[in-house]
Amino acid sequence: MLTASIVVPFAGAVLLVAARRLDGRTARWVAVAATAVPLVLMVVAWVRYDTSSTALFQLNERAPWIPSLGVGWRVGVDGIALALASLTALLFCAAVAYPVDTKGQPRHYYAWMLFLESVSLGLFLTTDLLLFYVFFDLSLVGMYFLIARWGHGQPRVTALKFFLYTLAGSLVMLLGILGLYLETDPLTFDMATIIRTQPLAGAGLRAGMVLLALIVGLAVKTPLVPVHTWLPPAHVDAPGPVSAILAGVLLKMGTFGLIRIPLAMLSDTFADWAFLLAIVATISIVYGALVALGQTNLKARIAYTSINHMGYAVLGIAVAGAMAADHADARRLALTGATVEMVAHGLITGALFLIAGSFWQRTQDYDLDHYGGLAQPARTLTFATTIAAFASLGLPGLAGFVAEVQIFIGTFAVYPAAAAVALLGLLITAALFLQMLQKLFFGELPPEHHQFPDLARSETAILGVLIALIVLIGVYPRWLLDLIDGTSRLLVGTG
Amino acid sequence: MDIGGIAGELTVVAGAAVVLVVVLFVRRDRQWVGAPIALATCGIAVALIAIRLATRPQELTWHGAWALDGAAGWAELVILATTAITVALSPQWFATDARHGEWYALLLLSAAGAMTMASAADSLELLLGVLLSSTTGYVLAAYHRRSALSVEAGAKYFLVGALTNTFLLAGVALLFGAAGTTLYDRTATSLPGASTVTLTAAAVLVTIGLAFKLGAVPAHTWVPDVAQGAPAPAAAFLTVAPKVGAIVALARILSLLPDTSVGWRPLAAGAAALTMTVGNLSALWQDDVRRLLGWSSVSQVGYALMAIPVLGRSPQALPALLFFITAYAAGQLAAFGVVVQLRGRTSLEDYHGLARRRPWIAAALIVALLSFVGIPPLAGFTGKLLLFTATIDGGYAWLAAVAALNTVVSLFYYLRIITPLTLDQTPKAVPVLRRSTATATSLATVLIIALGLAAQPLLDAGQNARLLP
Repeated sequence: MLTASIVVPFAGAVLLVAARRLDGRTARWVAVAATAVPLVLMVVAWVRYDTSSTALFQLNERAPWIPSLGVGWRVGVDGIALALASLTALLFCAAVAYPVDTKGQPRHYYAWMLFLESVSLGLFLTTDLLLFYVFFDLSLVGMYFLIARWGHGQPRVTALKFFLYTLAGSLVMLLGILGLYLETDPLTFDMATIIRTQPLAGAGLRAGMVLLALIVGLAVKTPLVPVHTWLPPAHVDAPGPVSAILAGVLLKMGTFGLIRIPLAMLSDTFADWAFLLAIVATISIVYGALVALGQTNLKARIAYTSINHMGYAVLGIAVAGAMAADHADARRLALTGATVEMVAHGLITGALFLIAGSFWQRTQDYDLDHYGGLAQPARTLTFATTIAAFASLGLPGLAGFVAEVQIFIGTFAVYPAAAAVALLGLLITAALFLQMLQKLFFGELPPEHHQFPDLARSETAILGVLIALIVLIGVYPRWLLDLIDGTSRLLVGTG
Repeated sequence: MDIGGIAGELTVVAGAAVVLVVVLFVRRDRQWVGAPIALATCGIAVALIAIRLATRPQELTWHGAWALDGAAGWAELVILATTAITVALSPQWFATDARHGEWYALLLLSAAGAMTMASAADSLELLLGVLLSSTTGYVLAAYHRRSALSVEAGAKYFLVGALTNTFLLAGVALLFGAAGTTLYDRTATSLPGASTVTLTAAAVLVTIGLAFKLGAVPAHTWVPDVAQGAPAPAAAFLTVAPKVGAIVALARILSLLPDTSVGWRPLAAGAAALTMTVGNLSALWQDDVRRLLGWSSVSQVGYALMAIPVLGRSPQALPALLFFITAYAAGQLAAFGVVVQLRGRTSLEDYHGLARRRPWIAAALIVALLSFVGIPPLAGFTGKLLLFTATIDGGYAWLAAVAALNTVVSLFYYLRIITPLTLDQTPKAVPVLRRSTATATSLATVLIIALGLAAQPLLDAGQNARLLP
């Protein structure tokens, strides 16, 4: 079943490339249909998943691939992976359905989107370390072509920077993965075995080097300051739905990888380095917020808040892996919070980037200073943006709050100083979003925007679903927390 | 006399003779008959070698001068496959050359030289292979007698070759002086205790000598010229077949030296790091696709060399070497197959917008280049994965890090081809060569994908392969 959710979008992509006669409308509907299948399958997986089980991975499916290297087609989920895979399926469905300018090549645009969905789901669903790397790498290829072909501004330069930067990160990670792999006996890339045996426990410097390679590699993708510089141009130049995927899905690969590989597979060594990681995360939180405040480009501003939000997630992960046996509950809370942060950020920032895409469709302009007073002509747009922005700055009752409050509680117990500094980030984010709303929707309406069209029906419907989920998680998070908490318990080791 | 042991080589030489005689007697517009004869020769030789590998133990024969091991057999099969694909690329390319029947004979003889290099377990036998492969190679590179570029490529190839072959000769002489024999198995037993200075000098000289055949630093300068100027099928052949033979030969001869007194492992590691870096940096701003493919082949050999310092230290080293060189051969043949299909067009600008006009040809080139980068699940990825694993396992993690850095650099220039190729538009029509040329290119492209997805059978063969003595 999990395998099918990876294969169906891929088959859809092949179909779109092969069917030369397909017109743009039909191509879009084929793509929507192909993304709906994994979404349904994820719901089924959610129903079948047993939150009280003590097995880390469930719904396993496997087939041999290169047995002599210990590589196999292994898929399975824990609560964290299932949450993120469901988010992925939802966001792709939304992004594909969202109206966008396909520059005369609709079949290819939707084919690349489906390809990207296939590898993204593969990454979250696989339990084989090598397949994880394979999907990680392939996601770069998909994103490269989407930005280079359908982006604006200087798309090729941006896409090249994105590809080079993140390939460097992924290769560093590969060296780390191989360092870990070579310690297994018999050699295997099976995640469940590696997590159970902890092959590098007590290996001293060697373990430190492997951990460093893994964290640096994953930090590029997350991204953490100072290896974040590829992100803002990539976001600004990518088309709106692609930005939504980049922020909502691809960035999660970094933080998900941090949980899956260093935290779970090298937990002793991770504990030694957790404080350092927490410091880097705190810097990212504050730096990302400050730089975002200085942006006058709508998309650049949202992009930098991603650095800030992913900083919270990493902070939560660092706390979860910290060496503090007496704070087990706080660490579990932090890990659950970090995962909820990823889901919430995916929904919120996904929605914000889709909205930014709507702005581009209407005016080809991202400059905040060129807007104002849009509350009058575009009521629905104003409403949607306001909710998403409030969710992003952590207003209680919305999804972002649920995540951040858990991370902060956990962090205050383990690293109080880091939590105190990170609070600054919350304040700045609040300021920057309020200022953004003010510039866009209030004040004087520039004459050229008197006829500014409000959200179309399809846009409203898609954003409506995302916002409904943001509110649902904010008001009644139990269903999501239950799913994640079981896994956090297993990973942090509170029984 | 163990005729069966060298039946593959004998077949190839005999096939060359048959081609030479037949093309003397056929009309000028039927010179292509050399191609089917050469293909049949390759087919028979492949069958004979496959039978030998399946039925005979891995051993030395001809009094120890000739190795019948898995490494040699693998290399011979790759060389024969390369020859067959090159033969298939040739008839349309040489259609206007009224004397091109001899071309196929030269190809077969050059293949015999490369196969001899891979199998030689005696330093004189090695020299014989290198010289046979070189002399035929010079002619192949300069085969377009009226093209200044082609003749220049041949001349440059010859000059570098003449110089470095003397280095190889000197190295072999030193080894003979130290061991008192040219046979590898006896050399291996008599070398411990020999003077470190002599052996180090021998290792350096032999490495430089074989670096010429490999296109590795410091004897790499001919590669871009041959890639650009030689007939495109010759470029495909010369950047693959001799390299496959030479890398096995280098692995075999360096493994003889005692690594306690001679630093041949760091020497090979340094050569690998230098070769990949020089190749990649030189390719960066290259505006000529064929030269770029030449420089990229230098860097690929650099990666392949990574396996040599860890031979005997990591069980993955030999399988990694063999697998990677096979993946490289498939990639290089597909890329040059595209060049041949496009009638040798070489300027980067002429490739812009190719994907709209000729989607399948463009796809073949993209697959080949992505395989060179090491994007999964293509063959190049599996090859690099094995190499990285072997080097980290063997204690050369820094070399893997250098290779990773180089991979990132290489992505830049491969994308300089891929991006405009797929995203631009072109008003110009793109005439192509068809028939056997197209078949050969598609075959190489399919191999790149198949080797990556179904690596297990090859890996089994690689695990069982040995490097004698």
